[in-house]
Amino acid sequence: MSEVIVITSGKGGVGKTTTTANLGTGLALEGKRVALIDADIGLRNLDVVMGLENRIVYDLVDVVEGHCRVKQALIKDKRYSGMFLLPAAQTRDKNAINPEQMQKLCDTLKEDFDYILIDCPAGIEQGFKNAIAGADRAVVVTTPEVSAVRDADRIIGLLEASELRNPKLIVNRVKGDMVKRGDMMAIEDVMEILAVDIIGVVPDDDHIVISTNRGEPVVTDLHSLAGQAYRNITKRIMGEEVPLLNLEGDQGFMQRLKKLFGLGV
Amino acid sequence: MDLFNILGRKQTSSSVAKDRLKLLLIHDRANCSSEILEMLKSDIIQVISNYMEIDKEGLDIQISQTRSEDSNGVVPVLYANIPIKNMRKVSNS
Repeated sequence: MSEVIVITSGKGGVGKTTTTANLGTGLALEGKRVALIDADIGLRNLDVVMGLENRIVYDLVDVVEGHCRVKQALIKDKRYSGMFLLPAAQTRDKNAINPEQMQKLCDTLKEDFDYILIDCPAGIEQGFKNAIAGADRAVVVTTPEVSAVRDADRIIGLLEASELRNPKLIVNRVKGDMVKRGDMMAIEDVMEILAVDIIGVVPDDDHIVISTNRGEPVVTDLHSLAGQAYRNITKRIMGEEVPLLNLEGDQGFMQRLKKLFGLGV
Repeated sequence: MDLFNILGRKQTSSSVAKDRLKLLLIHDRANCSSEILEMLKSDIIQVISNYMEIDKEGLDIQISQTRSEDSNGVVPVLYANIPIKNMRKVSNS
C-alpha cells in the first residue's frame, strides 16, 4: 500500500527540506520506492539539498500543465535505487497549480511508488493548501523555540481542519547541553504544549551542514547522530517501534532533582 | 548554579519560553485577537454600567488559563477584574 506524506511546519527555516531529503533517502535505503515532490514553487531547494540541481529538465508545473509526462519530469537519483525527485518550478508561483491537480498527481504516483513525500512551502496560504491536498499523513517539523512551536500549533489546527488527523511531530535542532542547562525547551515540554505524537527528535549537528554542502543527505552518514535520528524516524514511518534518542546524556540525581524544582543546572 | 539562584528560585529560560508559549497558544487557539478583546471589554462596560458605576480605567480583562475541575488539564478562562466606584441603585421598573 502506498502512502503520501506531507512534511510541513508553518514557519520557514526549521528544516522541512532537509527532513524530506533525509526521510526520502532513508526510505530508499530501506528498499522502498520513493518519490519526492518539491511543492515550494518559486523557491525550489529540495533539488539542491539532494544534489540533483544539474539534472532538472521538467518540473512540477510542466507536469500539471501537460507539457510532459510525469515520468519525464521525475529525476532518478542514481545513488539510491528506487528514489526519484519531482522538482518545483523556479520561475512560477504558488498559483500555477491547484489542490485538485496536486491530488490527481499524487494518485498517479501512488501506482508506482511505496512512499510519496511532499516538501511543503512555509506559510499557510495557497502553497500549503496545494501541498496537503493529496496527502494521507502529515509530519510537522518544529524546533524548540517559541516562534516555531507557535506556528506548528497553527499548522496542526489547519491540518486537522483539512481531515489530516493525528499529524506526527519532529523536533529538530535540539541541543542536548542547552536542554540540560534549562536554556532550551525539552522534547517533553514541546509535546505537552502541542499535544501530538512525536515521531522523532533530531539533534543540532554540524554533519547536517557538511552533508548539505555536498548534496548528500546526512542519513547516509553512519557516524553522525543526526543521521541516526533520521534512520530511526524512517523506521517509525514504516511502522517499527524505535526508542527516541537521548540527547541530554545521563542525568545524575541532583540534576533530576533540580529539574523537578524547575531550577537551572 | 550558585546559592543565590537556589534561594532566589530564578526561572530557567526554557521555563520562561514554555510559560510564554502556553499563554500565546491560548490566545491563538481561542482565535481571540486584541481587537476582539477590546470589543468585549467595551460591551462588558456598557452592560455593567446599566447597574453600577465602575472604574473604567482600572478595568482589567484578559484571557488566561486555569486548571479544570474535571481533570481536563489546563483550560482557557476569561479573567475580569472590574473595580466598582459606586453601587448605583437599580430601579425596579
